[in-house]
Amino acid sequence: MSVKVSTTINGDAVDFVCQPDEPLLDVLRNRLGLTGAKEGCGTGDCGACSVILDGRLVCSCLVLGVEMEGKKLETVEGLADGPKLHPLQQQFIDGAALQCGICTPGFLIAAKALLDKNPDPSEEEIRFGLAGNLCRCTGYDKIVRAVQAAAKEMRGA
Amino acid sequence: MRYESPATTKDAVALLAKEKGQAFVLAGGTDLLVKMKAGMLEPDLVVDIKRIKGMKEIKKTASGFSIGAAVPCAALKENAALVKTWPGVVEGASLIGSKQVQGRCTMAGNLCNASPAADSVPGLVAAGAKVVIAGPRGTRKLAVEDVPAGVGRTVLKKGEFISAIELPKKPARSGDAYLRFIPRTEMDIAVVSAGVSLTLDAKGVITAARVALGAVAPTVLLVKEAAKAIIGSKLDDEAKARLTAAASAAARPIDDKRGTKEFRIDVAGVLARRAAELAYARAGGK
Repeated sequence: MSVKVSTTINGDAVDFVCQPDEPLLDVLRNRLGLTGAKEGCGTGDCGACSVILDGRLVCSCLVLGVEMEGKKLETVEGLADGPKLHPLQQQFIDGAALQCGICTPGFLIAAKALLDKNPDPSEEEIRFGLAGNLCRCTGYDKIVRAVQAAAKEMRGA
Repeated sequence: MRYESPATTKDAVALLAKEKGQAFVLAGGTDLLVKMKAGMLEPDLVVDIKRIKGMKEIKKTASGFSIGAAVPCAALKENAALVKTWPGVVEGASLIGSKQVQGRCTMAGNLCNASPAADSVPGLVAAGAKVVIAGPRGTRKLAVEDVPAGVGRTVLKKGEFISAIELPKKPARSGDAYLRFIPRTEMDIAVVSAGVSLTLDAKGVITAARVALGAVAPTVLLVKEAAKAIIGSKLDDEAKARLTAAASAAARPIDDKRGTKEFRIDVAGVLARRAAELAYARAGGK
C-alpha cells in the first residue's frame, strides 16, 4: 500500500508516494530524480547516500521515505546556488579531491554538516567528521585539504 | 509491511500489542533497517515512536536525567549538563558508528538490539541507569542490566517498548568512564569494553562503585566482585590488582575473528582498571 508524504527538500515543498518499507535513498533516486545520493552499501557503512535531515547528518539508506512527513531535507542537489558552486564543491574540483566521484556527494554533504556546526575544524576533527564516508580512490588527503580550503574560504579568512 | 507513527505512548502500545504478525519499534533504525535490508527480519508492522511527545527530549528531573527513547546519540553530546554529569555514559554512546549513524542511533535501540558489544550499555549499567518500559499493563522500570536476556534477545514482552532511560542523580565526588578496545581508532565494534562509576568520601576513599564489562559474555555484565575489590580503597596499586583480577575472572568470552578468549579475558582486567582510574580522577580523587 502506497503512502503519501509531504516534505521539504532543499527548501522546496515536495509531495511523493512511496511504499512503507522503501528507503529514503530509493525515494530520492527513483521517485524524485535526485540521483546525487548514491547507494554504496545500503547498510549505513559507506556514507555515499548522506543527506542532512532536520539538521542532522544521516544515511538516507537507513531512513524510511515515510518518515519524511513534515521534515526538512538537504541533499547535494541543494548545495550550489544556481550556477555558482558551493565553496566545498569548487574546492573539491580545484583540489582534485575526487576520482571516480561515487563517494563525492556524500563527502560534500558530510563536510557541509561538519562546517555548519564547526566552521574552523582541525584536521583531526575533519577526519573524524568524515570517518563515515568511504572513498576507494583518493586516499582522503586531498578531500581533507579541500575541506580545509573551503572552510577557510567560507570563514572569509 | 504497515508503517505507523502514533502520537501517544498508549497508541504505540496498542498497535504493538494488537499486531498478530512481526511488529518492531522504529527509533533510529540503524539496526532495524539493516536487518530488514539483509532479509533477517520481515516486519508486518513497524511502529515509529519518534512522533510521540517527549521521545526526543533529554529532561533534567528531580531524580537525575530522563532521556527519551528516540533521542539520537549525537544529541547526548550536545547536552552540556549531561556531558558534565555522566561523561562516561556519553562517551560510550558517542562511540557507536559514524556521524551519520550518530544522527539516528539511540541508546534504547542499542540496548534492545542486545549485542554483548553494545557500546552505550556498560556505561549505563555502571551508572545504575534504569529503563522505563511502556506496555499493555502500564509502565514498569527495570535496571538496564536486566533488559538483555541473551545475544539479540531482551526480556520485553509483547506490546512493550522502552520509552525512556533514567540516569540517577550523581552524588558529590562521583565519576564515571567508559573504555573499549578496538584495533583501530574508531568505527569498529568493541572487542572488550568496560564502564566504571564510583563515589568517593571527602578523603578520597571509594564508598560506592559499579563495574560493567562488555563483549565478554552473552550480555553486558555487572561485576559486583570487581566493585567490591575497590570499595574502601583509594584505588591504590593493591586495589587495582584486585579489580583487574576480579574483572578478568568474571569474563567468559568467546573466540572470534576480533579477538581470542585469552586476549579478551586479559584486556577485560586492563580496561576495568583504566576506566576505574579515569572515573577516580573525574570524581576528584588523587
